Amino acid sequence: MSANVLILGATSAIARGTAAAFAARGDNLYLASRDLAELQRIAADLQVRYGVKVHYGLFDAAATDTHPEFFLTVLKDMQELHGVVLAFGLLGDQQAAHEFSVAEKIIASNFTGAVSILSICANYFEPLKRGFIIGISSVAGDRGRQSNYVYGAAKGGLSLYLQGLRNRLFPSGVRVVTIKPGFVDTAMTFGLPGLFLVASPQNIGRQIVQTLGKSADIVYLPGFWRFIMLIIKHVPEVIFKRMKM
Amino acid sequence: MPTLTKPISGWGRYPLQVCELERPERYADLRPTSDTLIARGQGRSYGDASLNEHGRVLLTERIDRMLELDVQQGILRAEAGVTLADILPVIVKQGWFLPVTPGTKFVSLGGCVASDVHGKNHHHDGGFAEHVLAIELILADGSHIKCSATENADIFWATVGGMGLTGIIGEVTLKLIPIQTTQISVTNHAAKNLAHLFELLQDPALDDRYSVAWVDCLATGEQLGRGVAMFGHHASSAEFSGSNPLQTKPKRTRSLPFDFPSWVLNPLSIKLFNKLYYYKESRKTAPFLSDYDSYFYPLDALGNWNRMYGKRGFVQYQCVLPEATALAGMTALLKELSASRRASFLAVLKRFGAAGKGLLSFPLPGYTLALDLPLHDKALFSLLDKLDHIVLQHGGRVYLAKDARISAESFRSMYPHYAEWLKIKQSIDPANRYSSSLSRRLHIAGEVK
Repeated sequence: MSANVLILGATSAIARGTAAAFAARGDNLYLASRDLAELQRIAADLQVRYGVKVHYGLFDAAATDTHPEFFLTVLKDMQELHGVVLAFGLLGDQQAAHEFSVAEKIIASNFTGAVSILSICANYFEPLKRGFIIGISSVAGDRGRQSNYVYGAAKGGLSLYLQGLRNRLFPSGVRVVTIKPGFVDTAMTFGLPGLFLVASPQNIGRQIVQTLGKSADIVYLPGFWRFIMLIIKHVPEVIFKRMKM
Repeated sequence: MPTLTKPISGWGRYPLQVCELERPERYADLRPTSDTLIARGQGRSYGDASLNEHGRVLLTERIDRMLELDVQQGILRAEAGVTLADILPVIVKQGWFLPVTPGTKFVSLGGCVASDVHGKNHHHDGGFAEHVLAIELILADGSHIKCSATENADIFWATVGGMGLTGIIGEVTLKLIPIQTTQISVTNHAAKNLAHLFELLQDPALDDRYSVAWVDCLATGEQLGRGVAMFGHHASSAEFSGSNPLQTKPKRTRSLPFDFPSWVLNPLSIKLFNKLYYYKESRKTAPFLSDYDSYFYPLDALGNWNRMYGKRGFVQYQCVLPEATALAGMTALLKELSASRRASFLAVLKRFGAAGKGLLSFPLPGYTLALDLPLHDKALFSLLDKLDHIVLQHGGRVYLAKDARISAESFRSMYPHYAEWLKIKQSIDPANRYSSSLSRRLHIAGEVK
């Protein structure tokens, strides 16, 4: 049976890879983001390639007051939902984020906006006693470092929120998965120095969908990032604070 | 937008030049953002067509969405970055095929238009551009225009075959051809020499929608130009015995994990290969079925076969000679090649039909020969200059998509519509923003004073 899946932040490369992996299974999709022109292209492509039904609509993570109405629109188009993928995120510029006005935008997108829409989704799935929520967080959320700590703090907050949500929804049989991607070949990483073993977004998308058939709760992608982060998390703070990362 | 500065090359791995890469993911970001810019799809042109040394190269690989497939009419509208490899499984299962396909499916749709590529059916169906119903072109001023044979026709005919120098090709609308099965019905005929090969390719009794000949460049004397002519057409459902005529199986692609040492491909090993290949292929005189992948894209089965030529790379030399002079010219080319004791691992002869209307398009009525020549030493270039001379003497031309080294003067003699093309180019891109290493090498839109 095909599922109906909502993808939030559907224009990112990882979201495209994930949407393609769902569509390849025959699932119908609702794609949401701020860029309607781009959504229209992605939706058309998924329909042509996989012959599935794809709806799309405007969604702004930072505009939290619009979220309840947005969710109603999704339900109207899809009738029912079986799962949600939260794929939006804003890396921002860490230098600029020394100013609170910039930091606030990063937090509004990655954390506040995510909590707002996921609360609505959780309240929808809980009484139905089914469904899944996949949240794409980041390895940057595992430890604060000078190069991206505002983004990292927001994603770290998101990881904790997802953890709590998983705990709350477990009795209802609603699956909550936290994805922590390492280096993926996206617009966010293109041209950055010091990248290694960069994964393709299509591959990451396939692995994200595959987690639904497994039991893991927190998934690092590619998998070896679990070990990299294990080491990074265990460097004593007295040393870590002196490092240039 | 973030950029990545690194050395890149075309498929021939020569030349290698440092370029500033940019890779948009949104259609709206497909726009000129730098003083000079060239779009690059899969980088499968062989020489410097998709390079812009110390300038900007816009990678279109993420602008690859298929936007509309009309399964009744067989019309596909897609973004220019999508590859033929992505398109094929989608259209084949609906009973459609590419109207023209080059020898690899790992090329972008935009690249097919910019090089006005041809296939084994040029003598029947013309070049790629003839099947392009419309394109969306992003001009130097950032505006988007629709072009086709009826709308902005002058810009359209300057863009097909225009090597990306008129603008960024954003979208392509393509007319497909109907098929009943995934199979090609193939018949081979051996030829004892070049004249015999020409006879076979011209023989109306043998002719088919697709025809191509493999040439053994190492045969000499009486056997100069011996080879195998291969004819094929899309098998009808009557010719197919299986139960699911349009089902495709995913193919495994292997790849070369390392560069071969450059001595691996030497005249002796190539001679041995050619002998084996000649006897193996010339025995297949009865029609047999081949799936479209093996028929059209035999080399794609080996992912990065260009590594076979080693680190120094290779040059593909492809020229076309007019019908009347083709046999004499090809004979002269092969003699020059064998006198140089250089062996081409792959030599392919094809027949071309009427020329299209693309102002810088390669095909003209006659025959085209493609040679892969390993780049062992710089002396290869003086041989290639001699080949250019023969081509010019016989009224032919060299294919820009394969070229890395012809001179600006040769280019002007080979492409007589260049002046007409230049007028259109200058009217839409007066500052020559769309330029590449190839365009500068050929002094395109930058005439030598």
